[in-house]
Amino acid sequence: MKTLTAPAPPPAPTGPAEVVLTLEHIAKSFGDNHVLRDFSLDLHRGENVVVLGKSGSGKSVLVKCIIGLLRPDAGRITVLGQDISTLDHEAMDQLRAKLGFLFQSNALYDSMTVRENLLFPLRRQWLADRRGKEKELVQQALEDVGLGDTAEKMPAELSGGQRKRIALARTLILQPEIILYDEPTTGLDPITAREISGLIREVQQKYQTAAFIISHDMDSVRLVADRVALLADGRCYAQGTYAELAKHEDPRVHDFFI
Amino acid sequence: MFKSPFLAETGAIAQFTGRFFREGFRPRYEVREFLYQCFVVGYQSLPMVGITGFIMGLVLTLQSRPTMAQFGAESWIPTMVGLTIIREMGPIITALIFAGKIGSSIGAELGSMRVTEQIDAMEVSGTNPFKYLVVTRVLATTLMLPLLTVLADAIGLYASYVGINTRGVTTLALFINNILSGLTFADVLPAFFKTFFFGFAVGIVGCYKGYYANKGTAGVGAAANSAVVVSSLLIFIIDLLAVQITGLLGLN
Ligand SMILES: Nc1ncnc2c1ncn2[C@@H]1O[C@H](COP(=O)(O)OP(=O)(O)OP(=O)(O)O)[C@@H](O)[C@H]1O
Ligand SMILES: [Mg+2]
Repeated sequence: MKTLTAPAPPPAPTGPAEVVLTLEHIAKSFGDNHVLRDFSLDLHRGENVVVLGKSGSGKSVLVKCIIGLLRPDAGRITVLGQDISTLDHEAMDQLRAKLGFLFQSNALYDSMTVRENLLFPLRRQWLADRRGKEKELVQQALEDVGLGDTAEKMPAELSGGQRKRIALARTLILQPEIILYDEPTTGLDPITAREISGLIREVQQKYQTAAFIISHDMDSVRLVADRVALLADGRCYAQGTYAELAKHEDPRVHDFFI
Repeated sequence: MFKSPFLAETGAIAQFTGRFFREGFRPRYEVREFLYQCFVVGYQSLPMVGITGFIMGLVLTLQSRPTMAQFGAESWIPTMVGLTIIREMGPIITALIFAGKIGSSIGAELGSMRVTEQIDAMEVSGTNPFKYLVVTRVLATTLMLPLLTVLADAIGLYASYVGINTRGVTTLALFINNILSGLTFADVLPAFFKTFFFGFAVGIVGCYKGYYANKGTAGVGAAANSAVVVSSLLIFIIDLLAVQITGLLGLN
């Protein structure tokens, strides 16, 4: 992270890029709790989309549907051209190698050291081109998040912010094509939060990844978002660039930007 | 509609067991993790099993002496204690200790992994968590408990020999001879076989409770606790069934 400079401004809009993720009319309920009702959104290659929403509005449920941890009751999710409801276990695992997911709770394996945490996805995904290079990849991923000297520590020995960064390193180590960040900056101090935001930008520009970012940290939203969508009432209530939504008249949209 | 939580739970555990057999014998096999779990499971319970085995043998011997002496049958103590340990006490006590030690630790471990979303993280990393966590642990407990039981039996018999030698003198050779003369394969084999089922029960219940632990730290405690309670109960039920079945087969 020391290598990072101030986050770059959003890249100038170019022609329409390939769509890598499509959400069509997603609905998901838990009993009588209708969390998602009819949510639709597209994500293009190399684009950062931020999903805003109040606590409990179903943002985590939405990303878990994308990664296949939850099954939507209705609607279609297409990832890299594949409808995920048609995939069997193996095909889903192969697809997941191209998807990164940062858990809101970090979900670090607490019986393993930091190094083993990072090695786990590397070893589990059969990626022939990364064979034998694990050591460098781990070191590289740790240095990317500014924690090069923590490899032998246990997650319990780290601070909350450090754990978030390790979780981020674990997500980035497979160099996924699409990254889903569930609240990457929540609970961090403003400086670290800005560094993480910068890192998200840097990853996007370096690898042309698409990112689906959930956040309520407006500071970070301003830095990372190419497009912002607002999740309310289980729908995509509004979407547009940060500047567009900031000027929106609807108080429910506007309230986020005060 | 009639719906008892007990029946629902039994059904859920049966379903979980079915999933174990469906997924456990299909590649990919998690050999490394399985071997590691064998080591953990065996090594963790070794001291407890050793100590309880020793005390079991010693107490059985010391307590039976006065009664046996009344009938002038002191020379039968090795045979009687040997039979008791090998047929019943060794397997059941080891299994209960094992349930307390390993069942609870599996329940707590998987429970906390569930609660902190580590199981979901594994799935996202292209790993089938059921195979990686559950199948390996259940196989490990199924294979390690019989080994531990044999060990506990041996330690218990040695303790019995020590107990006999606190008054009077017997040679080890005579002691062993005494035991072996009273034993048949019909005593040893059913007792050995049932320990596989005990081990399986401890593993499957511990994993089931942990795998479906409720969110929150209370869920972890509840998973560990009920893993011990349910698997201990199951051990007794299996023991009862084992007695009935060997009886029907004419092996008793
Ligand atoms: N596995 C589940 N079972 C039942 N209900 C659930 C489950 N997961 C989420 N919910 C419910 O779905 C709703 C949305 O939860 P979710 O975690 O998606 O909120 P969120 O938008 O991510 O909030 P936050 O910003 O606080 O993380 C909540 O009311 C929650 O109770
Ligand atoms: Mg959330």
